[in-house]
Amino acid sequence: MARLALAGMGDEEIGASVTTVAGVEFVCDPMGALYCEADGLLVVSDLHLEKGAAFARRGQLLPPYDTHATLKILARVMDRYRPKLVVSLGDNFHDRVGSSLMPADCRTLIVEMARGRDWIWITGNHDPDGVSGLPGTVAESMAFSALTFRHEPAKGAEKGEIAGHLHPAATLRRREKSVRRPCFATDGDRLIMPSFGVMTGGLDLAHVAFRGLFDQTRLIAHMIGKDRVYPVSYRGLKG
Amino acid sequence: METRIDGEPSGIDLLPGAFQRWFAAKGWQPRAHQLSLLEKARAGKSVLLIAPTGAGKTLAGFMPSLTELAERGRKKPGTAFQGVHTLYISPLKALAVDIERNLMKPVGEMGLSLTIETRTGDTPQGKRQRQKLSPPDILLTTPEQLALLIANGEAERFFGDLRYVVFDELHSLVTSKRGHLLSLGLARLRRLAPNMQAIGLSATVADPLDLRKWLVSQSESEAAADIVVTPGGARPLITILESEDRVPWSGHSAGYAIPAVYEEIKAHKTTLIFVNTRSQAERVFQELWTVNDDSLPIALHHGSLDAGQRRKVEAAMAENKLRAVVATSTLDLGIDWGDVDLVIHVGAPKGASRLAQRIGRANHRMDEPSRAILVPANRFEVLECQAALDANYINAQDTPPSGDGALDVLAQHVLGMACAEPFSGDALYEEVRSALPYADLSRATFDRVLDFAATGGYALKSYDRYAKIRQRADGLWRVSNPQTAQQYRLNIGTIVESPMLNVRMVRKNKLGSIGRGGPVLGKIEEYFLESLSQGDTFLFSGKVLRFEGIRENEALASQAFSMDPKVPAYAGGKFPLSTYLAEGVRGLLADRSEWHRLPDQVRDWLEIQHEVSVLPRRDQMLIETFPRGSRFFMVAYPFEGRLAHQTLGMLLTRRLDRMGARPLGFVATDYSLGIWGLDDMGGLIAKRKLDLQGLFDEDMLGDDLEAWLDESYLLKRTFRNCAVIAGLIERRHPGQEKTGRQVTVSADLIYDVLRSHEPDHILLQATRQEAAAGLLDIQRLGAMLTRIRGHILHRPLDRVSPLAVPILLEIGKESVAGNASESLLAEAAEDLIRDAMQG
Repeated sequence: MARLALAGMGDEEIGASVTTVAGVEFVCDPMGALYCEADGLLVVSDLHLEKGAAFARRGQLLPPYDTHATLKILARVMDRYRPKLVVSLGDNFHDRVGSSLMPADCRTLIVEMARGRDWIWITGNHDPDGVSGLPGTVAESMAFSALTFRHEPAKGAEKGEIAGHLHPAATLRRREKSVRRPCFATDGDRLIMPSFGVMTGGLDLAHVAFRGLFDQTRLIAHMIGKDRVYPVSYRGLKG
Repeated sequence: METRIDGEPSGIDLLPGAFQRWFAAKGWQPRAHQLSLLEKARAGKSVLLIAPTGAGKTLAGFMPSLTELAERGRKKPGTAFQGVHTLYISPLKALAVDIERNLMKPVGEMGLSLTIETRTGDTPQGKRQRQKLSPPDILLTTPEQLALLIANGEAERFFGDLRYVVFDELHSLVTSKRGHLLSLGLARLRRLAPNMQAIGLSATVADPLDLRKWLVSQSESEAAADIVVTPGGARPLITILESEDRVPWSGHSAGYAIPAVYEEIKAHKTTLIFVNTRSQAERVFQELWTVNDDSLPIALHHGSLDAGQRRKVEAAMAENKLRAVVATSTLDLGIDWGDVDLVIHVGAPKGASRLAQRIGRANHRMDEPSRAILVPANRFEVLECQAALDANYINAQDTPPSGDGALDVLAQHVLGMACAEPFSGDALYEEVRSALPYADLSRATFDRVLDFAATGGYALKSYDRYAKIRQRADGLWRVSNPQTAQQYRLNIGTIVESPMLNVRMVRKNKLGSIGRGGPVLGKIEEYFLESLSQGDTFLFSGKVLRFEGIRENEALASQAFSMDPKVPAYAGGKFPLSTYLAEGVRGLLADRSEWHRLPDQVRDWLEIQHEVSVLPRRDQMLIETFPRGSRFFMVAYPFEGRLAHQTLGMLLTRRLDRMGARPLGFVATDYSLGIWGLDDMGGLIAKRKLDLQGLFDEDMLGDDLEAWLDESYLLKRTFRNCAVIAGLIERRHPGQEKTGRQVTVSADLIYDVLRSHEPDHILLQATRQEAAAGLLDIQRLGAMLTRIRGHILHRPLDRVSPLAVPILLEIGKESVAGNASESLLAEAAEDLIRDAMQG
């Protein structure tokens, strides 16, 4: 598992790509986080914590290790960027009861990570009630300088929207081979975050759900590689 | 106790009057093996009947049931509930339906009063309910339906009176996970009806003892069913196609042979053309139609085609309306055809048993020889066909052994048994061990599987409150809630298909927009469709189609006029050579006195190889090294099949890399393995800087294998299958989810999470076991490495040898795994930078 392996690697071994949304500069980190150096702002999206437990509650006994794994990567991201403010863009937990039933050791990990910084939990469709028993503030959306943070991208939204929800992934085709990777998708006006949870899948950028969200001539997929992020233009995906 | 049938039939007195009169009225005699089987069954034995196709095997299998039911007479109205008398299990739904028809006829003519019904996935709910209340005397069904029936609370009542269970085509059932599940079902039937006897019907197999043991409880050592063997009918007449045209060096399309194949179709009444893969079927069908100047009715039949379309072809076939059908293994088994008088096999038959089975499709009369022609697609296949031909003449069959019972299958069964009734762990363990595949199962492993079925079997015990089954105070295990039983029923079975999409034919209007509502042609694997872009062409259902896009859960395609279609690259299309044929091919290569039996061009090919390089002895493995272009090549010829070679290729390149030989890539075929690199490997060997014996040492199957295996996509695919069968991941059902993508992705993610946190989890163990046995052919590879120790023959050459040409032609057709994906990404990112710099 590539992202989990990164959690054990040194800073110098990990590359990132640079992008600009509504004039604000960010780096896209291969661990799946977006960071704005100028404001000390770190963004992650769709953590889907306790997904395994949520499935187990419905009779599918998926491994109970996904929350640990996701938090381990998140801790490494915190350590790498030491942000002042963390925004988690919704679907923080896989279901409504996830945050209250979370095992104590995982809760402790989050409490430790949040120490000394602000934390905003944006609500998502999986966790519309927000989180319980965790540090930080719950909000439906957040405006910050030229940017708006919400879970689900809004059609016709103002410039500077940063959203999640769709779990974008891009498929690159070259010489009858194809590579599919999660990606940060942006046309410079809007950015959609890849999902951060280790047990979350992706949705192809060509899917109808992305229609109308981007100016495709400027759309760039920052595809997550083994230890770096590769920016590829949407039109260049087909080779 | 074994009975061979050759003399006059005796024991006609065993038959009730109605049977004797029926045989007499028909002017027939009961066959000796039918009577012999009856005699043994009457003596209370379970029996394995081995007989060739066309020997009246099915009637023989039902003889004990029919005679007993005839003597029992009509059930009086108002009598107590009576359970099923005979259960018949076939690998194919269609076969069960076919048998019903074939059995009804003699039963009707004899005036027997008994009921025969089928129960398959297609049986309406109402009929199923009715069958439970009032079971037929004879129930014809499939392994999956049996699993459902025994997991039901009524199972005890339903099967309490069971006298016989008849397994058709047993040889094809036992080797797979499906057979493992069936063996567990049989173990349960033995418990529900202790007097029940099992009857197995099988084609000729290498090791009948395996099947004999499979049929009976293994709680007593050396227990095995009796056996009745019918000698084969007339020997089939098999030839290798002789063609004026050049046999290609490599490839699988056999395009050169199409005109000759067409002439054979014209010269016969009905021809069955077997191929190895669905894409090959499409290709051969397409090419036959381009030479079909007489517009002969030639049809196509493979598993991806729409079921309605397949039924039409089968019906037309039965009515003798077709002159030829191009088919894959979907027609290997069962169903009786009309007057097939020729079987053509395109490509090497990949196993002698498979060949025998397919040839048996022609001419279902025992006394006349079947006629078959083998069409090798390339030069190595000529050798393989010749080896197969020799194998068939000496009747050496090579059905693989049934193997150790899979643990994912056991997990499914454990859950099913909890759905049926509360069970004790001790009793179920004993019952499971009575099934041959699980005879050696340890209690510790059984308990881990039980733990898995209950709470997922994780070291981190956080799911106890979500347990699916629980041990109560009385020590018995029960399902926790009705939802568990429902989930079990939806996820039953061992066949896991890769995600498929319907392919719908649409029309394009003048403006280029796409209409709706054309016919569905069949299903294609989603991963293949996802690799297509709009406008790409591909061959499917005998048509060249243009891909228009994916809409909702369907792929849309329009008629294309392209002459050079991409061909669907189906999964599972590549078969390994069986060991037996591999040995035959090695023998043929080594023995020049046998070459006169080969076509001229192939003989010339070997003669030149003999002159410029060498042909290895039967016990040797040849390695050639030579430079070509800017690269250096090393080609090995183990003849152990593609899977073993691929594994070997992965391991050798790792080792060469460590030894500093700078390998760049490799390619594997059924016959040989080619590695290329930047350094002269031949020179390194000559200078003793590279030790060949060390390179091929068996210890590569240790750490190197472990390290590589964990990264391999093969393991992920296997894990997905295991996880679905074991019930960790739910099976998809039509309309339930948009696409299979989500299942695929999440199985990979689950694999990653589990591997990094609990590498010894029981499901990962099951996955590794299965991959090692099946996908990677580790066993075969291990045997080969032992065999060649001290027998490696190295021949350094200045240039490529004739024997190496086929594999060099494969380079570029196969993708090389590893870091290739990352470099593709880097390349695309550079494109973006270049564009930006220009802008």
